[in-house]
Amino acid sequence: MNFLQAIGRILLEFFATAGRLTLFTISGVSHIFRPPFYYRIILKQMIDIGFYSLPVVGLTAVFAGMVLALQSYTGFSRFQAEGAIANVVVISITRELGPVLAGLMVAGRIGASVAAEIGTMRVTEQIDALTTLSTNPMKYLVAPRLLAGILMFPILVTIADSIGIFGGYIVAVFKLGFNPSNYIQNTWDFMTFSDYFSGIVKAAVFGFLVSLMGCYHGYHSKGGAQGVGMATTNAVVSASILILSFDYIITELFFTQ
Amino acid sequence: MSRPVKISMQKVCKRFGEKRVLDNMDLDVITGESMVIIGGSGTGKSVTIKCIQGLLTPDSGSILIDGIDTVGISEAKRQAINKQIGMLFQGAALFDSLPVWENVCFALLAEHKISRKDGPDFAREKLALVGLGADLLMASPADLSGGMQKRVGLARAIANNPEIIFFDEPTTGLDPIMADLINNLIEHVNKEIGATALTITHDMKSAKKIGDRIALLYGGKIVWIGNAADIDHCGNPYVEQFIQGATTGPIKISARA
Repeated sequence: MNFLQAIGRILLEFFATAGRLTLFTISGVSHIFRPPFYYRIILKQMIDIGFYSLPVVGLTAVFAGMVLALQSYTGFSRFQAEGAIANVVVISITRELGPVLAGLMVAGRIGASVAAEIGTMRVTEQIDALTTLSTNPMKYLVAPRLLAGILMFPILVTIADSIGIFGGYIVAVFKLGFNPSNYIQNTWDFMTFSDYFSGIVKAAVFGFLVSLMGCYHGYHSKGGAQGVGMATTNAVVSASILILSFDYIITELFFTQ
Repeated sequence: MSRPVKISMQKVCKRFGEKRVLDNMDLDVITGESMVIIGGSGTGKSVTIKCIQGLLTPDSGSILIDGIDTVGISEAKRQAINKQIGMLFQGAALFDSLPVWENVCFALLAEHKISRKDGPDFAREKLALVGLGADLLMASPADLSGGMQKRVGLARAIANNPEIIFFDEPTTGLDPIMADLINNLIEHVNKEIGATALTITHDMKSAKKIGDRIALLYGGKIVWIGNAADIDHCGNPYVEQFIQGATTGPIKISARA
């Protein structure tokens, strides 16, 4: 009986959380489109999420591209298929590694900071203060972050794609001795808009998920410093899992006939 | 008592799990008076204020502000009511990300009642009312002492010339001199703007100084209410035990309070 009770409790908690998250998402998204709009806060969030994430995303992308070129060469050289390296690098980066690695890195950086900031505001009554000052916290705190996530991730991933492909070029040309113009020509030939577009769609979805998880866990944090710490951890872990899950779903939608 | 009732709580109940915090609580606050609710820790003083502000929803009962029942009203109506309410939070709840002047002007900037250009001048006037100088305008709330934060919080609470002001434990955590200063400021601003004030505290000195009437909350109900001047000789056993701080008497000490 205790076993059944435990299962029941877990199921109830699961459905309660799913319901809370759904309502939170609907409310947050609806406030993106309803005035008043806090332009200064939206701009600040865009700079925080986009501009300040550039170093970490750029470094991740350049090394991912370099490793990809090196690993591809090791494998393809056995079949005299070294010419396919540019193909592998450009497809892997634009379809998968660009959006997923950028998403995971920014989930760590932005998901954590959003959850910590909003969580601290919750436990220090700043969110209550917003309400008493006739300001809807969903509109003031959540909607700008969701919008900034959706808008800035595609830009970040476009930059990550470019830097990642450049990383592959560096290794191919300067370490493996490829002809630069041939490599660039191969890269250009194999690059397709649909690959890039699928990566950008993933980026927008990942940006939304990272911001949503940060806001949701921060907004519902309680119990002081420990609660904020837990919210931060939960935001990063849940955003990372959701990124990998939605990566599969979007890939299935785009590339399965 | 010819003045109308500003806030009326009628048979308000609020429970958290098994714990019934407010149990058919009734309370009338007259327009323009300063009402103080006293009571031990965990007796529901903060819950009372949060229910009136709409931060918590009572399980049953009515809360009338200017004769309008505010329980379950729409978000738009709640925001309209909150525009006539100011609140000084226990920990001040200043927004960390904004300088002092923006904290003070927050509601007015959000409602476009003043421009950002005029904000610092407006904040300077309000800070002067609470005894703070213009040198703090650009300071971050994190750089202020607890007493200064309370005073900035008070300036923010009165910035909109509210009809109702709530004070949540205004002297908690302050040294006796700063606590007396805050009490004087509360007395001063109440007279200055003629608002209806509702304070919750367990500081008897503060209650007697700033309150016209005092109510004792115990067991989810008001067990005594009367003029502040009469409290020392009211003969109510609950009040006498609370004032004397005696461990024996009708007030039971809860291990989980």
